[in-house]
Amino acid sequence: MTQTGGLTVALSQIVIQLLEGLGVSVQIFAITLLFSLPLGLVIAFGRMSKNGTISGLTKVYISIMRGTPLMLQLFVVYYGPYYLFNLKLNPTYRNSAVYIGFIINYAAYFAEIYRSGIQSMPVGQYEAADILGYSRAQTFFRIILPQVIKRILPSVTNEVITLVKDTSLAFSISVMEMFTKAKALSSSQTSMTPLIVAGVFYYVFNFIVALIMDKAEKKLDYYK
Amino acid sequence: MNLLEMKNVKKSFGDLQVLRDISIEVGDGEIVSIIGPSGSGKSTLLRCATLLETMDSGILKYEDTVIAKNNADGKSVYADKKTIKQVKSVYGLVFQQFNLFPHWNVLRNVSDAVINVQKKSKTEAEKTGKELLDKMGLLDKADYYPFQLSGGQQQRVAIARALALNPKVLFFDEPTSALDPELTGEVLKVIKSLKDLHIAMVIVTHEMAFARDISDKVIFMADGVIVEQGSADEVFSSENERMQLFLGRYKDIL
Repeated sequence: MTQTGGLTVALSQIVIQLLEGLGVSVQIFAITLLFSLPLGLVIAFGRMSKNGTISGLTKVYISIMRGTPLMLQLFVVYYGPYYLFNLKLNPTYRNSAVYIGFIINYAAYFAEIYRSGIQSMPVGQYEAADILGYSRAQTFFRIILPQVIKRILPSVTNEVITLVKDTSLAFSISVMEMFTKAKALSSSQTSMTPLIVAGVFYYVFNFIVALIMDKAEKKLDYYK
Repeated sequence: MNLLEMKNVKKSFGDLQVLRDISIEVGDGEIVSIIGPSGSGKSTLLRCATLLETMDSGILKYEDTVIAKNNADGKSVYADKKTIKQVKSVYGLVFQQFNLFPHWNVLRNVSDAVINVQKKSKTEAEKTGKELLDKMGLLDKADYYPFQLSGGQQQRVAIARALALNPKVLFFDEPTSALDPELTGEVLKVIKSLKDLHIAMVIVTHEMAFARDISDKVIFMADGVIVEQGSADEVFSSENERMQLFLGRYKDIL
């Protein structure tokens, strides 16, 4: 009886601590999406630019972001200012470093998704818009982008789900998100339970994300 | 004054010379058909007239607005952006592949440009849109999306979309080439019914009987030049060898 009671207390302690961590994970997730989705569009424009310097630079940028581990990128963003420029930054820079690292990494992936979507649009849509007198901005935002979003939604869903799991990489620079907490609890209690609970939380988080994205896809199903 | 004037138009894609010195004139309300074998440059000519392609050399004029003229080296130089933007309201184009906007319903397809390009009120734009859809026999489809329509219906929506902007000249780039004979019939009937709107029409088509019946002027193009032009009777009865060869199998039907 008391033993079960003790277990329940221990479990609820774990859940409370992990929920705190989950809050941080959700924050990393939300801020990354909020900034990397629009930034990705800008980078996609750069990548498709007729200006060779701009398209070349964005190509290199995307290549580096996709070709090196996100964990390493987080290290560079966090420790770089000190090692490279001897800048001593406030410890709260840790959180900013995570945001910056995630945003610039995910923007590169989103840029490539946007680009594939934009380039898959039939040229007839641009020509029809041109003949009707739409400006370039109107053509893009009224006619092209809405159709691109429908086309790229499945790929975006993939990235977003990966992002939920990737937030655990913030562990590498000791940001107190859910995985960092789970790892700490697991060590101090010499127990698997915190890790399993964290796993369940990640799963539920992604289940909800998938549900929302599925709703969005269905909503755009009204046309072909 | 001519509505459209193209003079000495030349256009190449790489080494391939598609248009070699073509000149055409279209008057107010005039209906001109351009016929000729595939690859003769008919569509390219239309695309030059509608500014989807730029000419290498030649003059392009709508009414008294010069859109392109030749420089000293004989290369086309185009007018500034503002002039080009203005001239876009003079003409419309109906595509072979319709190119409707799939994410908008039929009514929005025909009214959005009126609202967002011509800056007219939504009420007014939708009223005009509905009238045009009625004329096309598609009023009951106003809430449908393009994918729910047959090819012929989509093309009729595309015609309504072009007419909604009130152009002075409407270009048709093989408007029935993507349609089966039955749907072709309904689209041609609609185009014929536009005659009473008294807007000029320039129609690139492979429908010989249609071209003969509707046109004030027929232009026969082959290999990037105009081989014959004149009234339908003149062109279709031409003794020109190239024309005879092209018409070959149509002759009995005509």
